[in-house]
Amino acid sequence: MSRPAHRRPEYHKINKDLFVLTYGALVAQLCKDYEKDEDVNKYLDKMGHGIGTRLVEDFLARSCVRRCHSYSEIIDIIAQVAFKMYLGITPSVACNNSSRNEFSLILDKNPLVEFVEELPAGRTSLCYCNLLCGIIRGALEMVHLDADVAFLQDRLKGDSVTEIGITFLKKPDEKKYRRKK
Amino acid sequence: MVDAVLFEFLHTEMVAELWAHEADPDPGPGEQKMNLLVLESMGFRVGQALGERLPRETLALREELDVLKFLCKDLWVAVFQKQMDSLRTNHQALLCPQGTYVLQDSSFPLLVRMASGLQYVEEAPKFLAFTCGLLRGTLSTLGIKSLVTASVAALPACRFQVVVQRS
Repeated sequence: MSRPAHRRPEYHKINKDLFVLTYGALVAQLCKDYEKDEDVNKYLDKMGHGIGTRLVEDFLARSCVRRCHSYSEIIDIIAQVAFKMYLGITPSVACNNSSRNEFSLILDKNPLVEFVEELPAGRTSLCYCNLLCGIIRGALEMVHLDADVAFLQDRLKGDSVTEIGITFLKKPDEKKYRRKK
Repeated sequence: MVDAVLFEFLHTEMVAELWAHEADPDPGPGEQKMNLLVLESMGFRVGQALGERLPRETLALREELDVLKFLCKDLWVAVFQKQMDSLRTNHQALLCPQGTYVLQDSSFPLLVRMASGLQYVEEAPKFLAFTCGLLRGTLSTLGIKSLVTASVAALPACRFQVVVQRS
């Protein structure tokens, strides 16, 4: 959708806040629906998964990424192209193991938590941004990559950084497997 | 800068959850699952918050019709990247204490991805509940208490009816 040239900067801000505010309302509603943090986290992950499976088409249509030949190339694209395109941030990337299938995305800034000062009372295990994990997992699944995606550290929980861990799972028939991209 | 498309994807997923819970024959006791009222109230809270972020001159709008015009032009462009197609007042409202406005969008972005025509008209209210709440919430911040409903004749055209509650 192209943006009208006359769009004022204030309205630009409204549009930017719309997703963040809606997400906040969703998390608040889920906290009402589910007593346990794990249930809210699971639900957010499930919803994110549904979004990710559809978002990946939008991403591939708009980004013209080339074929990837390694997990680390894929992670770079997630961090430098996808996160940039959708959230306007570029997490830094770290590889966590020598077999090069475990990675971390370290989020310095996170627009999703712009209006969140701290987790709600009694919600110490809530992964506020768990939707992101589901989105990444769902998107990867659509390009035939299975991965575990979870928050390893979370500033909202008092950690020094916010870190998403992505572990690519090896398929049993690894030799016959061809990555479609 | 958060991409506009994320809201659309999130909204669609929230509506999809509505379907999932309707299919559930035995909802858990005491749990308020996603339903139209819940979606509308979420939209209301977001609309209130958006209303607080509007430029100052908006808050100074005194005339009710000016506020409605603002919704149709500026707010709609900010949220949906297009203007509302028409705004009509209900002339009969001049004779009764409440003001009624009909806002028409011939191509509502949240409906556009669904098939056009009559096929999914029954499902359309699910895609409109959040936006009704959004309108009601923004109006609330601008000092106007209202009831907002929506109807669809044929996708993706829809109309929002705003009935101002005057005390």
